[in-house]
Amino acid sequence: MEIPYTVTARPDTGLYNAKVGIWLFLASEVMLFGGLFSAYIFLRLGASHWPHHILNVPMGLFNTMVLISSSITMVLAWSSLKMRDFAKYRQWLGITLFCGVLFLSVKSVEYKDKFHHYGVILKNGQEITGHLAMSEEEAMRSDVLKIKPDPENAGDFVYQLKSIFSKPEAEEKVLEIPKNEIRWWSNFVPKYNTYLATYFTMTGIHALHILGGLLVLGYFWGPGASLYKRNPEHLANRVEVAGLFWHFVDLVWIFLFPTLYLF
Amino acid sequence: MDSEMSMTSHAAHGLHEKHEEIPWIRKYVFSTDHKMIGYQYMVTSLFVALFAFFLMVLMRWQLSFPGKPIPVFGPILEKLLGSSMAPGGVMTPQLYNSFGAMHGTMMIFMALVPALFAGFGNFVVPLQIGAPDMAFPRLNMASFWLFFVGVVIMMVSFFVPGGAAKSGWTSYTPLADFADMGPGFHPLFNGQTLWLIGMAFNITGSLLGSVNIITTIIQLRTKGLSWMRLPVFVWSELVTAFLLLLAFPPLESAAIMQLMDRLFGTSFFSPEGLIVNGKHADISGGGSSILWQHLFWFLGHPEVYVQILPTMGIVGEIFANNTRKPLWSYKVFVYSLLAIGFLSMIVWAHHMYMTGMGQAVTSFFQIFTTIISIPSVLLGTVLLLSLWGASIRFNVPMLFALAWLPMFGIGGLTGLPLGWTASDVVLHDTYYVIGHFHYMMAPASLLALFAGIYYWFPKATGRYMNEFLGKLHFWPTVIFFNGIFFPMLVQGFAGVHRRWYDGGAGWQMAQNVLWLNQVMSVSAWALAIAQIPFIINFFWSLWAGKKVTDDNPWQATTLEWATPTPPGHGNFLHPVAVYRDPYEYSVPGYKQDYLPQWEPEERLRKEGNLSQIPS
Ligand code: HEM
Ligand SMILES: [Cu+2]
Repeated sequence: MEIPYTVTARPDTGLYNAKVGIWLFLASEVMLFGGLFSAYIFLRLGASHWPHHILNVPMGLFNTMVLISSSITMVLAWSSLKMRDFAKYRQWLGITLFCGVLFLSVKSVEYKDKFHHYGVILKNGQEITGHLAMSEEEAMRSDVLKIKPDPENAGDFVYQLKSIFSKPEAEEKVLEIPKNEIRWWSNFVPKYNTYLATYFTMTGIHALHILGGLLVLGYFWGPGASLYKRNPEHLANRVEVAGLFWHFVDLVWIFLFPTLYLF
Repeated sequence: MDSEMSMTSHAAHGLHEKHEEIPWIRKYVFSTDHKMIGYQYMVTSLFVALFAFFLMVLMRWQLSFPGKPIPVFGPILEKLLGSSMAPGGVMTPQLYNSFGAMHGTMMIFMALVPALFAGFGNFVVPLQIGAPDMAFPRLNMASFWLFFVGVVIMMVSFFVPGGAAKSGWTSYTPLADFADMGPGFHPLFNGQTLWLIGMAFNITGSLLGSVNIITTIIQLRTKGLSWMRLPVFVWSELVTAFLLLLAFPPLESAAIMQLMDRLFGTSFFSPEGLIVNGKHADISGGGSSILWQHLFWFLGHPEVYVQILPTMGIVGEIFANNTRKPLWSYKVFVYSLLAIGFLSMIVWAHHMYMTGMGQAVTSFFQIFTTIISIPSVLLGTVLLLSLWGASIRFNVPMLFALAWLPMFGIGGLTGLPLGWTASDVVLHDTYYVIGHFHYMMAPASLLALFAGIYYWFPKATGRYMNEFLGKLHFWPTVIFFNGIFFPMLVQGFAGVHRRWYDGGAGWQMAQNVLWLNQVMSVSAWALAIAQIPFIINFFWSLWAGKKVTDDNPWQATTLEWATPTPPGHGNFLHPVAVYRDPYEYSVPGYKQDYLPQWEPEERLRKEGNLSQIPS
């Protein structure tokens, strides 16, 4: 039994089935991320303290560019398919996949960086951030916390740019803080504060979407591409639909980046 | 039925016999056929409903006889769940809370919505629009199995340490953030975490289902089936699917955040300085439990319409069919469905009046809550006026559909006082609220569910359900529903709180309404007994019911009756087209009292059946 309108469009709606399906799915995705963004706004409006500039802006900017490029190559892949140029299709889709992988790699470096970054809140309310100057187990056991504080200008763009390529020397001075002066200390995990909780949740769910997109696109680059021989238009439809998803995920990042990194 | 087209089905049956063999597992388990998926949804959710109903009957024992061991079932519970949960067969507050939470969760999310939206939706919608299947058959299969995994997770959660979730079907934070967390609990395999994971599966399944239903209705309508010729059930499914599509995802994000709170120590929903078990909670703070309530009720309110809208569609179909005349105003019905769907998305905070939201915000929600009752009343009026001057066929589906109307009326009217802060301040969190929503969720929803089953059973199986057993099912069901839920309204006025484990026994002012607990409990057990004829009828009719001799046994006009009985893979034997509105009953000048959507005019005229064409 054949389902109508899988390859050709229904005349009165002008759409094939999967196109309707993906737009509906994206509408629900808007609501999913809408839920997260409204939670962000709600929590931030009610927060007594909201940290700024603790993310690496150049890295985020780079990743933004990577995703925008991948959206362009995605369109090129689809249009090559429409023009029945299979080799070009493969090539552009390959670049899209590469960009997606690059994005996730940069993201994981950023995550790892957070897990090694520490914050200490003293009993007098003062907050110190930096890196541990001792091993983690030692820090757990010892009565003093040895920490290399972040320099004053750690929030600057240029400093953050440099920090990607080298270890800035300002970090070399070591503070020794007795534990009994400390109210709370932790590395920058979700539990650290509500800001990092939203950061990890929102970027984490976004990264899962990228991963899902990569799996689908990888399938259409590899095994799924064999559909080209039987029905190139059908493959083009599928790639278009996957592309719409990919653009949407890019778009979400374009909102996430300023929300989390800049404001 | 003697016209040429109706042999679409019977005469040509022979053609269909030579369908290729589908392996058992692809046919019954991992089926992609919308009808089989509809049965799977229906059977699974009826089973869940029975289970959730059983939890409630046990709770009603506890409410009537607080602290007394439950006869027969008490010892079984003690064996199954351990003596910390039911020592000596007595229900502990823990167990009461987890039964309450799971009763609500399972009834709403895993029984009634799947049965009404997905069960009937899957079986009926493609047939009513003349489609060979859903737009995405494999996605359809995935959506059922995701739902099924969600159900299994919920069921299993009774047996993990500490038992199933205890924070109500609403999972209110910060209670839910800290429930089932202490020593002795597995971080992952505990009631509340499994509740969240089970819900995530359920939500994902319903998301795929709603994408599928909407796409199917938009794309696969057969030739001639324009929007204003859609049967009302299809309309109700369309609106419902949009509600699920747009309102569920925010709850999914909320569930993810609650999972983060529970597993990774974030505090999205817990404020600073929270004391848990006499100690400062080890969290960073800065969260808000009101945020959870907003995200929850943004789904929670539409969800109640997700449940009631398909019942409106079912009742509309059955009314038109058994009054033998067109619905009094098809257009008003359809626009009411659309208006209810839209408005239900912007009234969610009427569940939160008592959280101190402020005057401006509550005014907004009071106004729109009041406005939403207008389309509801219009819809009821359409159905009521459709009865006017009709020669009604009182068959079993029609009895159930008729009883739906007053139950829906009571449910809706009792909602109004809750919609205004001035009266809600008194009624909030009392048994009155429970009475109000159960009139909607139980009598109304379940009566329509039964109506639908009795109505479409002949198409699905080729056999009728038994009329006598049907009536034996109907009368006690209607009576005892009211025996359970009406006293709740009364108790609510007396101020009995909705979550008291002793049913109000410990509160001075409740003493003179305590006897109602016995009335309700006896009614609940009687209601349980009243379902036995249904269960017998269902299985007996499946194998031995009276055979249908015609593909259109109710003499209906909509397309699902133009298929062979039961419909095979691909549904229609010939391409069908639609020539007219959905409910052309009692057409003047036509020899039969109904004119199916699929009968072409030229042929009717040629055969001299039609002296005057209805416009
Ligand atoms: C005219 C229509 C309706 C109005 C004005 C209305 C109003 C309300 C209000 C204001 C509440 C909150 C009461 C409180 O917690 O203090 C409420 C609760 C509830 N309503 Fe309705 N309602 C209407 C229709 C429905 C329908 C159609 C359903 C279900 C099919 C329904 C199901 C529920 C449920 C489940 C709750 C309780 C939720 C909970 O607290 O656990 N209502 N209703
Ligand atoms: Cu509501």
